[in-house]
Amino acid sequence: MTTPVPQTPDTTVHHDPVQNTENAIELKEVEGLSQGRIVLRRFVRHRGAMVASFALLGIIVLVTTSIGWGPVPGWWQWGPNQLTPVVNPGGSPTMGMQDGGFQIGPHPFGQDNIGQDVFARVMRGTQISLMVMVVIGLVATSIGILMGAAAGFLRGRVDNILMRFTDMVITIPVIVIGAILGARFGQATPVVLAVALALVTWTSMARLVRGEFLSLREREFVDAARVAGASNVRIMFKHMLPNAVGVIIVNTTLLMASAILLETALSYLGFGIRFPNVSLGTLISEYQTAFNTRPWLFWWPGLFIVAIALCVNFIGDGLRDAFDPRQRRIPSQRKMNSAQRKAKA
Amino acid sequence: MVADQSTPTKAPILEVRDLTVEFFVEGEWFPAAVDMHYDVHAGEVLAIVGESGSGKTQSSMSLIGLLPQNGRATGSAKLAGRELVGLSHKQLSSVRGKEVAVIFQEPMTALNPVYTIGFQIIETLRVHFDMGPRAARERAIELLRLVDIPEPTRSVDKYPHQLSGGQRQRAMIAQALACDPKLLIADEPTTALDVTVQAEILKLLRDLRSRIDSGIILITHDMGVVADLSDRVLVMQNGHVVERGTAEEIFYRPQHPYTLQLLQAVPHLGRADEAGVLQDAPMEGPEGTGATAGTPAATTSPVEIPTTPLPEGVPALEAVDMVLEYPGRGRVPAFRAVDEISFTIGKGEVVGLVGESGSGKTTVGRAVVGLLPVTGGSLTVAGTEMKGIGAKALRDVRRDVSIVFQDPGSSLNPRLPIGESIGEPLKLRKLLKGAALDRRVEELLDQVHLSRTMRNRYPHELSGGQRQRVGIARALALSPKLLVADEPTSALDVSVQAKVLDLFQELQREYGFACLFISHDLAVVEILSRRIAVMHKGRIAEQGPRDQILRAPTDDYTRRLLAAVPVPDPNEQRLRREERDRLLEQELVRQGVHSATGEAGATAAGSSVRS
Repeated sequence: MTTPVPQTPDTTVHHDPVQNTENAIELKEVEGLSQGRIVLRRFVRHRGAMVASFALLGIIVLVTTSIGWGPVPGWWQWGPNQLTPVVNPGGSPTMGMQDGGFQIGPHPFGQDNIGQDVFARVMRGTQISLMVMVVIGLVATSIGILMGAAAGFLRGRVDNILMRFTDMVITIPVIVIGAILGARFGQATPVVLAVALALVTWTSMARLVRGEFLSLREREFVDAARVAGASNVRIMFKHMLPNAVGVIIVNTTLLMASAILLETALSYLGFGIRFPNVSLGTLISEYQTAFNTRPWLFWWPGLFIVAIALCVNFIGDGLRDAFDPRQRRIPSQRKMNSAQRKAKA
Repeated sequence: MVADQSTPTKAPILEVRDLTVEFFVEGEWFPAAVDMHYDVHAGEVLAIVGESGSGKTQSSMSLIGLLPQNGRATGSAKLAGRELVGLSHKQLSSVRGKEVAVIFQEPMTALNPVYTIGFQIIETLRVHFDMGPRAARERAIELLRLVDIPEPTRSVDKYPHQLSGGQRQRAMIAQALACDPKLLIADEPTTALDVTVQAEILKLLRDLRSRIDSGIILITHDMGVVADLSDRVLVMQNGHVVERGTAEEIFYRPQHPYTLQLLQAVPHLGRADEAGVLQDAPMEGPEGTGATAGTPAATTSPVEIPTTPLPEGVPALEAVDMVLEYPGRGRVPAFRAVDEISFTIGKGEVVGLVGESGSGKTTVGRAVVGLLPVTGGSLTVAGTEMKGIGAKALRDVRRDVSIVFQDPGSSLNPRLPIGESIGEPLKLRKLLKGAALDRRVEELLDQVHLSRTMRNRYPHELSGGQRQRVGIARALALSPKLLVADEPTSALDVSVQAKVLDLFQELQREYGFACLFISHDLAVVEILSRRIAVMHKGRIAEQGPRDQILRAPTDDYTRRLLAAVPVPDPNEQRLRREERDRLLEQELVRQGVHSATGEAGATAAGSSVRS
């Protein structure tokens, strides 16, 4: 190795757009944004989740305004339990192509054998099913967070007791305990039934939160908070919980999706919602004998169940991707090329 | 061009021309490396030096197509005449491993934990060559012998977790050498290792260089490693090559101001008293963005934090025969991490605690702030006994001690704005609130040279150096009497480290806190501390005044540790290397004797049992 040529320093250094920080390129993506805004931005980019959000919003608006909510009247002419004269033979739907044009008619989803309007009944059923879903989601999530956080943070004996209790709840088939609770509380309002169901569905949330807390516990900022003089409760709820919120929100949506199916299943079996309340599940069970003669009595409640469960699942997917910092959007070739052309121009 | 006239007869192995690496971020292409050109010859080590984000790793990884999906490379890179840029995946996979091999930074994650190292080497061999399993195994053992792994015939069947860090790195080097690659890319091969292990690996790489006929690209930020190993050096800043030359030229006649900065920022063992290395290295960059340079603005009078001074004669910290244990679980016995150590930190004194990973130094730091219970002996912090301390008394002690953690990324709550993180200790103690609290937070931000507007930012928006400043500000919020600094700069770049150390000294003068400075880097400890304690396997090997430890160490381990630290000066490093190799030989001989007698003893014991 003898005399290689020493190069003169490069002069282009000073026009460089990349700043001299270690993670300049990574920081470009999140410049000036709070964590919440980053998550929101990623969520908005998720096409499936956005479509599902709007679809779910549309369903909620439709079911609340059409037949009204509680004492507030809606714009639909029939009530869910109102008997009306049968229009078409057998009560088949009036919606469709008639008289040379698309008609909605007085009973777009049809009527049942005693002349009740299926549209109104499906709206009421969806209302109640959605309400049960939300209540189960909220109550189960709260119980799950409390149990999981306590087990994961305190560890040792508390962890053992809480987790064995959780295991015990898990081993009992949800449908059986739901049936018993439903038989006991089904007569009461749907809210009571929902709370009862939440009491058996919090287990997965508790386990996830526990796992999350166990790993967050080892992070240095928790030690830092402790040295700063923070109490256990403050560490758990101010420092650790916000960091676990991604897992919690995602799991809540999945929990809700399974809650609506659980409610439907129970109601179908006759343990869930009872007369005079209707839910999507009771509608299906009520009409099960008429499957061959009046299929429209199934299509509509079934469609709403599938639509709601799908929407909630998609939203959960979108949230999971949005909260996962490792998820990087891979830019499409087209976008890369257009940026290249722009740069040249 | 940069034609190396030393080997005119031989064409270079790798010719890189106009290589540009870019990343697609938010609808724009950002360059990570721009117009690089260099050659690598057989048997030569080319070092690419730069700080994180300078593009040194990405430009080298682009040679074998290992860029993230939003990255791309343009230009030309010819490996023995074959163009590498723009190859298809299939073509690349025949190049990877066979023609170009990579040694990664972290051997634990780069080796697959569910397969034996032998299996992984054999796999590499059989993918690229038509080779029977037995022949491949023979070759694998031969390779392990080449990289000096003890008992290669047995080690070949070991899993990565059964090997020590240094041995793992050796196994990875063996895997990289499996197909006699023309080019070896070593990406920070020693950064994750302890200094003494690093010294062994550097020795191995030096030996290999003469034994194999490959070109080596050494990617590193450590000027000491560069001085030890490289023939030629490229210095990169912000994606541009700012200087190139032989190692001698770079170290003794640097031309570009950035190279000078980089060299000055490196803490240099044995130079602390030579006219403050740090003060002479004013660093530019975004670190000080809009800071009101240290002195709090004259309009705001400093906020008073009520403190009771330590009574005369009470040391800030006193440990007597302190024992720290991690409790056992079930049948696993308790692990004694720290075994009967004694040391004292006087009021306002900075004591350095040096040791390698696993020596128990961090455990000591955590016990001092009460994150770990003291098992035996005694530990007195600011006049309070920490052994068996109650929750309330601990709360009071934590009024007087605080800690700066190693990893600034993990030690700040990602969901809290940094102003809130800094103010939390004050708020929880109910010492200040409302406007006074805001003023104090701003004052602290000023003192760590961060802009006041940053108080509403979140940690992920800050660079590593800025985050560590926030960590320091939080630790100082209560004006502690004792500060534990647990490797506060080991996760930072050299120039950032220099600035943080500078700041640390400044704040120490201002606040006058006593400090336990924990580090694996002797050069850093040398700058800051008056006294040094060296820890080895849970015990203090040696402690004393700084100069005594560094100039006239009496303990064998201290001597090895000192010799292992590479110095950014090729000539001096050559001398140190000889000393280091001599000590290593000695140690090996000693260990060999030990294990021989140990085995003899074991057989003796075995036979006595039998009889």
